Amino acid sequence: MKRALIFLALGGMLAIMISSYMQMPPMGNPDNPSYNEVAQHYLNRSLEETRAPNVIAVIITDYRAIDTLGEATVLFTSIAAVLTVLSGKDKKPGEGGAHHG
Amino acid sequence: MDDLIVKYISRMIIPFIQLYGIFVIFHGHLSPGGGFPGGAILGASIILYTLAFGAHKGHLKMPHHLSKRLESGAILWYIILGMVGIWTGHLFLTNQAAGFFMGTPGEIFSGGFIPLITVAIGLKVGSTIITLFHTMIEEEHDA
Repeated sequence: MKRALIFLALGGMLAIMISSYMQMPPMGNPDNPSYNEVAQHYLNRSLEETRAPNVIAVIITDYRAIDTLGEATVLFTSIAAVLTVLSGKDKKPGEGGAHHG
Repeated sequence: MDDLIVKYISRMIIPFIQLYGIFVIFHGHLSPGGGFPGGAILGASIILYTLAFGAHKGHLKMPHHLSKRLESGAILWYIILGMVGIWTGHLFLTNQAAGFFMGTPGEIFSGGFIPLITVAIGLKVGSTIITLFHTMIEEEHDA
């Protein structure tokens, strides 16, 4: 009984997801709502605003430079965490012998 | 690894890998590529050196304190570049209005702070890869 209920609930969710997927606009359609005035602005004005022909580089290092700074911070944090875990040179308390961290 | 062929070939090929990495970094605002792939190529060249010549020589080539300095310095350089925008009375990370040299499109010295930021990202990614690899190699040596 319980299993039948779970199957029914999951199947209903699957049907909802498939039906909403069918309503999605096709990939690459220029009338998609994601192609709004922001993309138009980037494509039309990036050359005169930054004088760099590579639009992708302009977006990731100029228009969204704070996002890239966040990515660099993620790298920094990850390397700090890895160094903290891996390069523990000193012996742990209560541990004798020549075992190193 | 103690192999003559590997050592010889990597000694010949590493300068070209590093030159290519520097090319990718400095042409980040002109061609496909940029800081992240260029830094990965630079880091991979040092990883190849460490694999071919051993962990000890790899550490001599790229010591820990140097890569740590590079890493922190690159992100500080990025933040200082952003602070220039605030200093001149605009938003954080302002490019053209903050008075960076714009140049003509298509040249290496153009695009305001975009090449400078790309260099910072390249140094950061390369030194991160090298630090990770050397730390793990060291760990294996100790065990």
